[in-house]
Amino acid sequence: MEIRNVRDDDRLTLYPEGEMTIYQAIDLKSALLDALAQSDEIELDLSAVSELDTSGVQLLMLMKREAVAAGKALKLSGHSAAVLEVFEILDLGSWFGDPQVLPAGALGLGRAAA
Amino acid sequence: MSLDLGDALQTFIAESRGLLQDMEEGLLRLEVQPDDAEAINAVFRAAHTIKGSSGLFGLDDIVAFTHKAENVLDRVRNNELPLKEGLIGLLLACGDHIEGLIDLVDGESEMDAETRKRGEILVAQLRQWLGEGGADSTAMQAEAAAPVASADGVRMQGDTWHISVRFGRDVLRGGMDPLSFLRYLARVGEIVHLSTLADALPAAIEMDPESCYLGFEIRLRSDADKAVIENVFEFVREDCELHILPPGSKVADYVHLIDALPEDNTRLGDLLVACGAVTARELKETLAVQESAGASQATQQPLGEILVERQIVQPELVNAALSKQKDARARQSQEARFIRVHADKLDSLINLVGELVIAGAGVGLQAARNKDAVLMESVSGMARLVEEIRDGAMHLRMVEIGETFNRFRRVVRDVSKEIGKDIELVIEGEGTELDKTVVDKIGDPLTHLMRNAMDHGIEPAALRAERGKPIKGTLKLNAYHEAGGIVIEVSDDGGGLNRERILAKAREKGLIQDSGDTMPDGEVWKLIFEAGFSTAEQVSNLSGRGVGMDVVRRNIEALRGTVDIESQAGVGSTFHIRLPLTLAIIDGFLMGVGDGHYVVPLDMVQECVELDPARSERRDYINLRGEVLPLLRVKEHFGLSGCAGRRQNVVVVNAAGRKAGLVVDELKGEFQAVIKPLGQMFAKVRGITGSTILGSGEVALVLEVPALLSDAARFEGRAILTSSKSFLN
Repeated sequence: MEIRNVRDDDRLTLYPEGEMTIYQAIDLKSALLDALAQSDEIELDLSAVSELDTSGVQLLMLMKREAVAAGKALKLSGHSAAVLEVFEILDLGSWFGDPQVLPAGALGLGRAAA
Repeated sequence: MSLDLGDALQTFIAESRGLLQDMEEGLLRLEVQPDDAEAINAVFRAAHTIKGSSGLFGLDDIVAFTHKAENVLDRVRNNELPLKEGLIGLLLACGDHIEGLIDLVDGESEMDAETRKRGEILVAQLRQWLGEGGADSTAMQAEAAAPVASADGVRMQGDTWHISVRFGRDVLRGGMDPLSFLRYLARVGEIVHLSTLADALPAAIEMDPESCYLGFEIRLRSDADKAVIENVFEFVREDCELHILPPGSKVADYVHLIDALPEDNTRLGDLLVACGAVTARELKETLAVQESAGASQATQQPLGEILVERQIVQPELVNAALSKQKDARARQSQEARFIRVHADKLDSLINLVGELVIAGAGVGLQAARNKDAVLMESVSGMARLVEEIRDGAMHLRMVEIGETFNRFRRVVRDVSKEIGKDIELVIEGEGTELDKTVVDKIGDPLTHLMRNAMDHGIEPAALRAERGKPIKGTLKLNAYHEAGGIVIEVSDDGGGLNRERILAKAREKGLIQDSGDTMPDGEVWKLIFEAGFSTAEQVSNLSGRGVGMDVVRRNIEALRGTVDIESQAGVGSTFHIRLPLTLAIIDGFLMGVGDGHYVVPLDMVQECVELDPARSERRDYINLRGEVLPLLRVKEHFGLSGCAGRRQNVVVVNAAGRKAGLVVDELKGEFQAVIKPLGQMFAKVRGITGSTILGSGEVALVLEVPALLSDAARFEGRAILTSSKSFLN
């Protein structure tokens, strides 16, 4: 996994690439928390995430919680198919509250918005 | 995953193939009756289950693709998308693609570029179907998903389980991903609602990224029983906190659950409402009662008691839910009446039974030799049991041919679309049973025959109209038992075989020397089974490449079967495939010729008569009650030595509708023959299909009656032709 970051004024955008699984969890945690410490406005572009497991989801949730607690803005964007699938199972779309660009009709079982 | 899932994966593959077949059948049924809700559900369930199980095995390609198909099916199921013909075709293609993906898993190979491309094309097509009015249906679904929040109306979720699970800290380190369990759970039932709880996540500094902190509240709609649901979490049972509330649980049970769980009670209450486990009104009223009581926390009446007191939980509804559960369980136990057994185990059982039959015959022989009456009686009792065991064991291998037949619905559908003919498939005799090995091997030859019938047999619509036939062609598959074997018929109402064209082609290919004008129809039709024979003027995509028909014949002969053709110009043709019921053990009739022993299948034997030496000397036929019965002298046919018996006997056999007499020296009676294949060396010997071991340890040869008869007929035909002059004189 590699995380590219781009700083644009106050806004920090992270591009994690590849897997976000238990094997990368330790690195991912420090990278995400570092980013959170560096900026007040963070965007996490998930378009290049090829695999996401529970540990990855957990870290995203932790980061969101920390951001909200610190009054910072964290935005997830560009959800890849792997991310969308996991978010759908766990019904996390509204938890994060970010717009997800879904393939048409991918709300699937009709329980995405509860 | 570090778990060894080899066996489970095989089960998954086998199950998925079965589900895909269900899916296909459902889709084909929908083509005829587009509003068959049951079929739609069956198709949806199949796709859904495949998706769920592939998720458990981490087969992401299958999950991703099936998910798309499932989305479309879901819309169809909710009547949001009309099931048009194009869509059925697309879904059938999707089923094929999933099967292809599963084959790849089975073959442990990676997806190649072509498969990937096919998948992408299909996904693009699926998207198109979803694209129509996608936006407002999304809104509709969003609305439908939140009815519980609207608080009014008691929605008793009769068949919905509630599952609370908090995964242990070490689950991830143990190589297991809670997501897999959820995907697997989706296979056991439909996850109606799921809430992810991250309340246990500690402060950022303390959080160990390799520990699992998540918990889930799940509403699962399923007919499965509790053990099945618990088993989903079997691998992590020790390592997680799991609460399962059955359908129809009282609000009080949920209150106990709230108490048992680590999270804050109010938050859990909200969660349960969100899940639809209890309604907001129930909860609000209960809380209001609690508040108005004004008591301190410690003395407050438990929530559950208040609910029960206020009779928010209706016992009738609970009962209804319970009886529904009972029904589900009864259904399950019925399903459990089938067990999956490895075919090898069956084969070894049948082998053993075969040995038992041989050993039993040996004991019987000893008893007879020693003239020990008591022993002989015991032996005959045992022989009867052995026979029953044999029949039982053979029966285990018997399957109905219907499943194979039903596969052809798809073939007919696809081929008729491809060649632009309207063809209907009529299936009869699906319940006819035959040996599994035979069923497995008959699929290919049948496919060839059917394709041939559709491509060459049934005429184009215009020609049919001209001939005054219904525009819609009919193809018929039929199966029935006959004389200890099974007959499978493939018939069409097409133009029939063209005698002249077949003869012309045969001459061109040098298959026949003379003009063939005198050849009987049956012989002419048989020419199409010769290698390299094809009469189609244009080689089409389907058939007509000149491979196929000879392969068909070889395949059928490999099963000790025969094929013959009935055809009438302008009316249609029928292919009769005759197959033995089983390949392993038969009831035989034992005969002695010279010094050797021979067996014919008992079902083919019609009667035995004594051969009057004075009247039949050197004649190759006898008068059997006014009927001419051709004779085959087994000794001469095989060129055997050994002195002739004092009296010769004729065994009248009937095979493939032809009757003949086998002249043998000695009749030895009924015998259970365990057929052992002959070695490679004897593969070319015609007229003998296998060997069997007698009780005495001697070997008997099993005669292949149909081949013997056709050989004899051919030989006789030549003899008659060459010597007809002398007969005439």
